[in-house]
Amino acid sequence: MAAPNKGRRPAGAPGKPGRSLLLILIAMVALGGGMFLGGHTTPRLGIDLAGGTSITLKAVPQPGKQNAINKTNMDTAVSIIDRRVNGMGVSEAEVQTQGNDNIIVNIPKGTNSKEARDQVGTTAQLYFRQVLTEAAGSPTANPSATPSPSATPSGKSTAKSTGSATPSPTGSSTPQGRAVTDGLKADATPTPSATPTPSASSSASAADAATAAKLQKDFTALDCSSAAARTAAGKGALPTDPIVACSQDGSAKYVLGPAELSGTDVDSAKAAISQQTAAWVVNMDFTGKGSKKFQTTTTKLSKATSPQNQFAIVLDGLVQSAPSVSTTLSGSAEISGSFDQKSAQSLANVLSYGALPLTFHEETATTVSAALGGQQLEAGLIAGAIGLALVIIYLVAYYRGLAAIAILSLAVSGILTYEIMTLLGPGIGFALNLPAVCGAIVAIGITADSFIVYFERVRDEIRHGRTLRPAVERAWPRARRTILVSDFVSFLAAAVLYIVTVGKVQGFAFTLGLTTLLDVVVVFLFTKPVMTLMARTKFFSSGHPWSGLDPKRLGAKPPLRRTRSAASAPTDPKEA
Amino acid sequence: MSRLGTIGAKLYRGEIGYDFVGKRKLWYGISILITITAIVGLAVRGLTMGIEFEGGAVFTTDKTTHVSASVQQIQEDAVAASGHDAIVQKLGDGSVRIQIAGIDTTQSDKIQAELAKDLNVPANKINADLVGPSWGETVANKAWTGLAVFMVLVVIYLAIAFEWRMAIAALIALIHDLTITVGVYALVGFEVTPGTVIGLLTILGYSLYDTVVVFDSLKEGGKDLTKQTRWTYSEMANRSLNGTLVRSINTTIVALLPVAGLLFIGGGVLGAGMINDISLSLFVGLAAGAYSSIFIATPLVADFKEREPAMKALKKRVLAKRAAAAAKGETVEDDSSTAGDDEPFDDEPETAVVGQRQQPVRGRGKRR
Repeated sequence: MAAPNKGRRPAGAPGKPGRSLLLILIAMVALGGGMFLGGHTTPRLGIDLAGGTSITLKAVPQPGKQNAINKTNMDTAVSIIDRRVNGMGVSEAEVQTQGNDNIIVNIPKGTNSKEARDQVGTTAQLYFRQVLTEAAGSPTANPSATPSPSATPSGKSTAKSTGSATPSPTGSSTPQGRAVTDGLKADATPTPSATPTPSASSSASAADAATAAKLQKDFTALDCSSAAARTAAGKGALPTDPIVACSQDGSAKYVLGPAELSGTDVDSAKAAISQQTAAWVVNMDFTGKGSKKFQTTTTKLSKATSPQNQFAIVLDGLVQSAPSVSTTLSGSAEISGSFDQKSAQSLANVLSYGALPLTFHEETATTVSAALGGQQLEAGLIAGAIGLALVIIYLVAYYRGLAAIAILSLAVSGILTYEIMTLLGPGIGFALNLPAVCGAIVAIGITADSFIVYFERVRDEIRHGRTLRPAVERAWPRARRTILVSDFVSFLAAAVLYIVTVGKVQGFAFTLGLTTLLDVVVVFLFTKPVMTLMARTKFFSSGHPWSGLDPKRLGAKPPLRRTRSAASAPTDPKEA
Repeated sequence: MSRLGTIGAKLYRGEIGYDFVGKRKLWYGISILITITAIVGLAVRGLTMGIEFEGGAVFTTDKTTHVSASVQQIQEDAVAASGHDAIVQKLGDGSVRIQIAGIDTTQSDKIQAELAKDLNVPANKINADLVGPSWGETVANKAWTGLAVFMVLVVIYLAIAFEWRMAIAALIALIHDLTITVGVYALVGFEVTPGTVIGLLTILGYSLYDTVVVFDSLKEGGKDLTKQTRWTYSEMANRSLNGTLVRSINTTIVALLPVAGLLFIGGGVLGAGMINDISLSLFVGLAAGAYSSIFIATPLVADFKEREPAMKALKKRVLAKRAAAAAKGETVEDDSSTAGDDEPFDDEPETAVVGQRQQPVRGRGKRR
């Protein structure tokens, strides 16, 4: 990039300053327009400036599974945690990976930070439970609004080596039993006693009328219309108890039997396109132990009638999907239904999460009240103002008129930075945090340094006795090279910092990298053209004492205005 | 400006100048001394690690709340609540900062609630910053990785953009800056936090800025050096250095000013925290970086370069010519610092071919 670049155009040509200026003006207006159109006119503030809670989690692989930390697993974990945090009714909580093994959870102010941390900290609970009763999501809902995520679910065996499908008798004589207890009893009996399923025995014995009545009452009262209520419904229940639960989107509610399998029984799950039907399906494989349990469960379910032939996949008390089973399945299964790519992947994620060989440690948790956030933002802005003022004072004192160009360039750079940061808020979820503010302030120096390099080059040319216009053009290729090389080094540092670090550091590195890039843009498209234009004005070209380019003050020796000729031989008188 | 401008002009023309390269032994010595002091300081005193490195919590009350209790009293409360040592600070704006080391993130909620009761402040007006014991280490480990990656990349880049000798010299200067910064931290006893580490990593890019500016003019100067017999490489380097001195000083000052603003606000108003940590290490590192790019990096390049056969031959020729001239009784500038030429490095009195500025035609004519 910054290899000595023998300018495309001859060094002495002024180029087209107007075009560059127009370009950068258009860029500024366009970005500004985008900002107003998007409805965001200020950058999104990070937790430390706006208030809220920020949690950093670190993935710890289970012993012996060191390579469990990979992008797929981390993304799965993020999507699960995201569901969970946003399931609390928190809006705009954001969950993202950072670096290899960290997950950052940002929860804006106004949420109970303790509850949020509890939510984030606990391990996900994934269970497979039998559906006992199913109904529309809310007590008053109309029956038509009951499509569960798997509207037409059908369990099918997949032709995998592990999976062996045994045809099962359909239309069995299982008692109809709408009542919960009946359903449980009916199921408990045909289950072979040899199976380790705890549900079978325990539920059969615990199936007393009181529990059933309570469940029935809960079920009737259950309202799945709000996210908070949905989350609350299945909370705190033991895996061995029957529960009531809502579907993920609140469109259906269920009474579910005890857990038959847990997430750890799933070996893997993937979304795929079925070869037979060309529709999206979810394939899951079970572990050895899981296969046995699943076989038992499906044998039982396939004999039941709807809705009791469905098993619900329950994550943190929410039913993700409730496919029905028609045959006995074992090692692997395929869930089909009205999936699209997204919903299939989402369900596969849920299923894999239980199998994630990862646990998460809370590394940091920061709670910032809105007042402190505001205070920090204010301090950052004051620091920036002080820094900017000092730089401007110094530039004016040293470069006089030239400082005006530097200040204008800084302003352009500032505007562009602001606009891009604002647009990146909704764009890529960039949030301005305190280190990012620091980075922006530090960047004032980097940006101004580029102007200094150029100005000094121009002054050097004037010291050679050149008049301003050729000086400006001749200085440019050399200044350009220096600026590119040093900006590249700065950018490299910022990029490395961004890639290898975690937490707030990234904000700092991001701002630093962004402003370094913008510095190059501004110097090329603004500072240089403005210098060219300025060189045409009398104030600067005549070397007004306040222009900062007075040849006398710069120590250029007469003759001051030679005609510029390529071969003006004995350039400068020297060596008295 | 005018005064400095004139000095700048004189420096640029080489009328005045400091013999950085000639006196390099002195500055190497000084740097080695500083580095040894830094290392000894590090070995003896060690670094004061912030709470992020051992785990713990920092509670800060909002400035909107008024805490009437005395620092001592708060400290006793904090110790009672946590069972661990606590450091209590009252900040300038009336808020209180309580730092408790060694507690688990799970314990902190309880402690926070208890503190709220003791201090008579609503719990949601207390800001909590909890850090697990391995967090600081995570940050530091990543920082080391980053440091290594950056150094490798930058050496490769500089070796391509300039040459490997300059890359090595820049790397030595960089390590020198980092050592000094870490040494200052050890000796003064500033607390090392992740913020410090960020600052330290930023120095990487920044401290190289000045170095790159000098190297750039060095590269220009060195281009057709062997075609003339007036300057040796070291002399040329010294002239480059003096010629860009004003630029280096200005870029350093301008880089330091915003950091100074941050430091003032971070240290003076916010009392403590990330702004302060970043800006402090940046400030120390930038100052060290400016010093090293002038006194260490360039003289090192000159040293490396003088070992090249071509440069050795050049030096021989230059000295021979000077001796001959002296024998003839001509006045000869024997030292770059007294040479009153108009350009610091790109004149070629003998060949009078071309300047180094990529200008196609710019004959110089004979100079003397």
